[in-house]
Formats: sequence, C-alpha cells, structure tokens
Amino acid sequence: MKIAMPVNDKSMESCVGNTFGRTSYFLVYDTETKESIFVDNSAAASQGGAGIKAAQTVVDSQVEALITPQCGENAAKVIQASNIKIYKIINDSIQDNINAFKHGELSLLEKIHGGFHGHGGK
Amino acid sequence: MKIAVLSGKGGTGKTLVSVNLAVAAKEAVYIDCDVEEPNGHLFFEPKPIGSEQIVIKIPVVDEKLCNGCRKCVEFCKFNALAYINNKLIVFDEVCHSCGGCMLFCPEKALAEKEKMIGEVQYGVSENVTVVTGILNIGEASGIPIIKNLLNYAKGEQAITFIDCPPGSACIVMESIKDADYCILVAEPTFF
Repeated sequence: MKIAMPVNDKSMESCVGNTFGRTSYFLVYDTETKESIFVDNSAAASQGGAGIKAAQTVVDSQVEALITPQCGENAAKVIQASNIKIYKIINDSIQDNINAFKHGELSLLEKIHGGFHGHGGK
Repeated sequence: MKIAVLSGKGGTGKTLVSVNLAVAAKEAVYIDCDVEEPNGHLFFEPKPIGSEQIVIKIPVVDEKLCNGCRKCVEFCKFNALAYINNKLIVFDEVCHSCGGCMLFCPEKALAEKEKMIGEVQYGVSENVTVVTGILNIGEASGIPIIKNLLNYAKGEQAITFIDCPPGSACIVMESIKDADYCILVAEPTFF
C-alpha cells in the first residue's frame, strides 16, 4: 500500500513536516516494496489555496493513506473525495510513523482545522 | 479630494474620526469600507435612497463536457480548482472571480454562476451622503464590495471620507487605492 507524508527534506532520515499544504516535499512510500519517492510540493509557494494544490499532488501520487500532523478543511475535502484516509502522526520521525502505520497503531486525524483563507485566518 | 481613515488595529476610533470629519465638512460623502462590520450608519441614521446587491461570478463545470485536461487547475494561481476522481471540484470561497479558467477551458466546459456576497446601501443624512458596504456573514472576501463602493466615489466632487477596515491586509489596500490622503488613527493602549 502506498502512503504519503509531508517531509522537510528528500531523505528518510529527515523529519515529518509540521504543515501539510506548505510542506517542502511529500514522501510517497510503498509499504510492500519499501520504495520511497520524494515529490516536490509545488504548492509550498502558492499565494493562496496551498492546501488544495498540495492535496491534488497527494491524490495524483495514488496513495491510499496520508499521515500528517494537521490538515485544513479544503485539503481534507480533496483528500476525502478520493477516499484517502488521513492519519495523525505520532511524532516527527518518518520511520516511527511508517512502523506505526504498518502495525495499525495510527489513529485517524479527527481535527480538521479551518482554513486561513484571505488574511490571517478567521 | 478623498481622505481615507485607517488604523493598525481595531477600536482606535476610525469611525469616530471619519464620521465627525464628514459632518464638519460643508458637503461630504462618507463611505464605510469596513464591510465586515460597518457601523458609521449608526451615527448618521441616513435616510435610505437605494441599495445594490453585490454579485461575484464563480465557475461551474459541465461534467459532460469536461475531459479532465486540467488546464483550468494549472491556470488558477489561487488553487480554487482541483481534479479528483475524474471530477472537477470548485472551491467557491478561494475563487477570486478572474474568469481565467473559463477562457482557458478548451472544451468550453466551464460556465459562470452568480453568487451574492453582500450589499451596498446609499442614504442621506443632512449634508452627508452615506454609502455603506455590507459583506454577508461567512463570505471570505469583501474586495468586490469595496471596488463597488469606490466606483461610487470616482466621479464625486464633494470631499469624500473613506472609513477603512482595521489592519493592513488586501481589503485595506483596496480601500485606500484611490485616496489622496490617509489619516492614521492611533490610541495609546497596549496591543
């Protein structure tokens, strides 16, 4: 199964990014083949709607699960429309989260935060 | 002459200053650009002379015509469009109504729908023409309302006072775009 995770750098030793929409890269990891691909997040520098564009990238990577510290409502709408499950990270270690996912120890991300559309949030 | 009254934060007295300046002038126009909570009209209690609904245009997709080429998704720099599960999704509140997606769609699968986001009210209070912009609750951006408000001021000969929203975000920049002078209201309490 392929899973996606926002990460700070193109390395398995890097950390999980602390945002979703404006993370630097997405790790796309295949739990069967253990293959890892790092995808540039072109949404990182967006003027607005970064979450939507980042979610499009994740969906296009054909993953079945997203592991993230947080996710905004617009991004969640895109992710959920493609039946990708959103899980919450347990810490900022990429490997810990992959292991936890494999063992079914991750819980679904329950808190979908409101967007910061416009200026400074609402 | 157009004078905009603004402040770094809310509650400094922008409305107090601009309302009183308008009253002190012999003949004036008072424009309330604080569309999220306009309250200048509370002081003027203007006699209504008219109102106009403010409508923006949002794209709608005809799924039968859309072939999933994603030209619109790539074009939209506000990322108001996503193509998921062979379906185009439009995020109305992210859309800035530029119309570009419709121009770029090779299949002519995108059309416009109108969405009402607020209202502009006109009234008179003695020698002051009072123009008030009101953004509907829940709408993301009052910019289209500000544009309409300032259009009213364009041909105006009388001195015009523009009561701005607080802060320095896009909505404030839009409000002071045509101003000749800005008055910044400050008051000395800790932020």
